[in-house]
Formats: sequence, C-alpha cells, structure tokens
Amino acid sequence: MSAKSKNRTAPKPRPRIATVWLAGCSGCHMSFLDLDEWLFELAELADVVYSPVADVKEYPENVDAVLIEGAVANLDNLELLKKVRARTRLVVAFGDCAITGNVTSLRNPLGGPDSALHRAYVEEVDGNGSPPSDRTTVPELLPKVLPLHQVIKIDAFLRGCPPSPAAIRELLEQTLSPPSKSRSKKDTP
Amino acid sequence: MKVTTLTINGELVSASPGTTLLEAARENGLDIPTLCAIEGLSTVGACRLCLVEIEGSSRLQPSCVTAAEEGMEVRTDSDRLQRYRRMALELFFAERNHVCPVCVANGHCELQDRARDVGMDHVRVPYRHPDLSVDITHERFGLDHNRCILCTRCVRACDELEGAHTWDLAGRGRNTHVITDLNEPWGEALSCTSCGKCVEACPTGAIFHKGSTVAEMEHRRDRIRFIAQARGKKEWTP
Ligand code: SF4
Ligand code: SF4
Ligand code: FES
Repeated sequence: MSAKSKNRTAPKPRPRIATVWLAGCSGCHMSFLDLDEWLFELAELADVVYSPVADVKEYPENVDAVLIEGAVANLDNLELLKKVRARTRLVVAFGDCAITGNVTSLRNPLGGPDSALHRAYVEEVDGNGSPPSDRTTVPELLPKVLPLHQVIKIDAFLRGCPPSPAAIRELLEQTLSPPSKSRSKKDTP
Repeated sequence: MKVTTLTINGELVSASPGTTLLEAARENGLDIPTLCAIEGLSTVGACRLCLVEIEGSSRLQPSCVTAAEEGMEVRTDSDRLQRYRRMALELFFAERNHVCPVCVANGHCELQDRARDVGMDHVRVPYRHPDLSVDITHERFGLDHNRCILCTRCVRACDELEGAHTWDLAGRGRNTHVITDLNEPWGEALSCTSCGKCVEACPTGAIFHKGSTVAEMEHRRDRIRFIAQARGKKEWTP
C-alpha cells in the first residue's frame, strides 16, 4: 500500500490527553472529577493516557494536551515537568499553584528548605519535634517553590483555586475541537 | 462658566476648570483604571495605573494628578498603555505575597479586579517573596504587610478625614512600608481613635477587621466619599 492511500484510509487518531499532579493539594483534580457525567463524553472524544486517576507509571510520548496541577517544589516535580514538556504539544498551567506558586509557595519567604522543615517539624509542633533525618526517602526540596512558567514554556493558563469544572470543560472542548477555534490564550508581553 | 476643552481618545470633551484628566475623562463617561486614587481623598500619583499619553510629550503622565488643559490631546487606551498597565500590575503581584485564595479580601480586592480587567493570567517577573509581618495588636483591626501595595490611602484617610495622622510611610525603595505612630505596634499607637476609616479605604486585604477569614473582608470604600462630602458641605455642623 502506498503511503498516500494509507493516509486516506487510516482512521483519524484520537487525541491523547493527560493530567499531572505536582505540588498542589489535588483540589484542581477534584474539580476535574466534578465534571461528573461529562467525563464519559470526554472518554468518547479522547484517550486519557496519563493521570493520577489512571494507573499509568511512565509519562508517555506523543501527548496532545496536558493539564498540570501544582507548583514545582522538589526534584521529582522538576524532572517530571521537563519530561512532560518534551513529550506534549499543548501544556496548560492548571490552577493557581501552577500559575503563581500560590499556597505551595508560602514557604518561600521563610528562606530555603531547611528553615521550612524547621518551621513545620520543630516550631509548629507540640512537644519535641525534629526535621526528618533521612532526607533520601522523600524527594529533595528545591530552594524555592516555582510556578510552572518559570521552568518551562506554558501554552495556556487556567486560573482558579481550583478552576471551576465549567472552565476546565470549556478549555478541553476548545482544545479537542478542530483548529478553527483558538487553542490557547496569547501570551504577549 | 469658563470651561476647558480638550480631546480624549479623539473625542472632544469639556471639563470644568481645575479638574484633573482623570476627572475630565470620568465626567465624560470614559474610565481610566486607578488604584491609589479614591473618591474623597487627595491624589498622590503613587500606583501609575492611570498613566495616559499626551500629544507632544514623550513622557506618560498620571491622569489623577495632571490638570486638564485647554487643547490637550490625550490617549487613555493605546497598546503601549495597556502593556504598561499589565506590567505595573504584575510588578505589584511580584513585589509582596498576594496569595489570593487565602486572603481575607479575595473577591473584594481592587488589585485583583484591575488584574482581571487587563486579562492578566500570569506574572512574568520572578516573585520576590519577602518575609513580612502581620500586626494584630490593635483591638479591632489588623494589618498584613504581605498584601500592602503602598497606595497610601490609609495615610490620607487618617490624616485628611480623621485628622489623626496615625499612618505614615517609613523606609526607602523596596523596604518602604506603612507604620503607625512612630513605628509602634498599631495597638500601642495613641493617636489612633479606632474610627476604622483606614480599614474602609484600603484597596486590598492589607487592613482588615479582626475575625474576618478568607474572602470575608468587604471594604465599604464608598464611605470615604460619603464622609468627605458630608464634611465638605458641613452637613454635620449645626
Ligand atoms: S482607625 Fe482611624 S484613627 Fe486609627 S489609624 Fe485608622 S483611620 Fe487612623
Ligand atoms: S495598608 Fe492598604 S491603604 Fe494602606 S498603603 Fe497599604 S494597601 Fe494602601
Ligand atoms: S490612580 Fe493615578 S497614579 Fe494611582
């Protein structure tokens, strides 16, 4: 079969979408799940190839669009974020932690990770607390919590803490509809 | 009565003598975004949100403190102005810790409103995340430096309407901050009459009623104009 005729007969590939959970409270994903029965329609329109609510271990190649919840707070977040950017066409900063650092970045004014751990494990506890001594079991904290766009290029920003289900749906519908509609908000300085 | 005639965005408008460009625009139904200006208090040109272009001058001028003059040609909404306004707002958000979802004024904040108006969806400069304090020593009110944009509305409300002058600014540059009395805790500031005018004037969640939690602090900013008018017309003097 020639390449040309193959193109003509092959069914249109289904869009591949994903959601990622970095340093956030999972509220954005709860809001996503609040789309309730529309999630069945979404399943008709696209394949969800990676998500905290799907049992997939490795972020796959060739993803069309991803919603990323949460800020970049530790080395794991950083690594995954870079992988996601390299493997995805449209990257959406999903919710205020992803866009501004938000509550996750409340530790930034305290100084580096050590002062943040001291605040959490020593100052704010009843009795004698101490910071975790084994710092290898959990991912290493970055010096500062960062919003996504300070680490990678972001194509669209979905505001809200959390974004409303309606806003999530609108963005997904726009993304999955033919390219006549605008796909992302322009980011003009 | 003699009037001043000028053009704003290509439209011929008239203004009564002594008005500012901001007043002239608003009298003619054209809005210019503002933050530090509030009806009832003097204007200081602190926030630079109300900048306009004036034909023949390469410098942008804050319309809240620029007098309307005969024959002026003014633009309030050019691409350049819109770019600068968004940048000014981004700098406000980057300067201190405006964590809106956990702020007492979430949903009732003028800084938030202006950002929404210009379609700001993220901040392009790095956040400074300074380590700032909260003063809750006053019996009824609190001050959160994290949310303060240094508009000086509190300073002017307290000085011009209450006559107490409890508030002022201290420090320079990025260390500038509001203080009560001689940089004492608000609860120990003897000049404060606890009238609450500064609370009503504040555009953000920086000054709040104690006990208000997330999104509960609604400033009644129209009270400032109401009090100023009543005083100006001597409505309360027998
Ligand atoms: S409560 Fe009244 S007197 Fe006290 S600082 Fe505020 S405006 Fe001034
Ligand atoms: S405390 Fe409020 S009114 Fe006073 S300068 Fe700060 S933002 Fe303005
Ligand atoms: S409103 Fe004119 S400078 Fe702030």
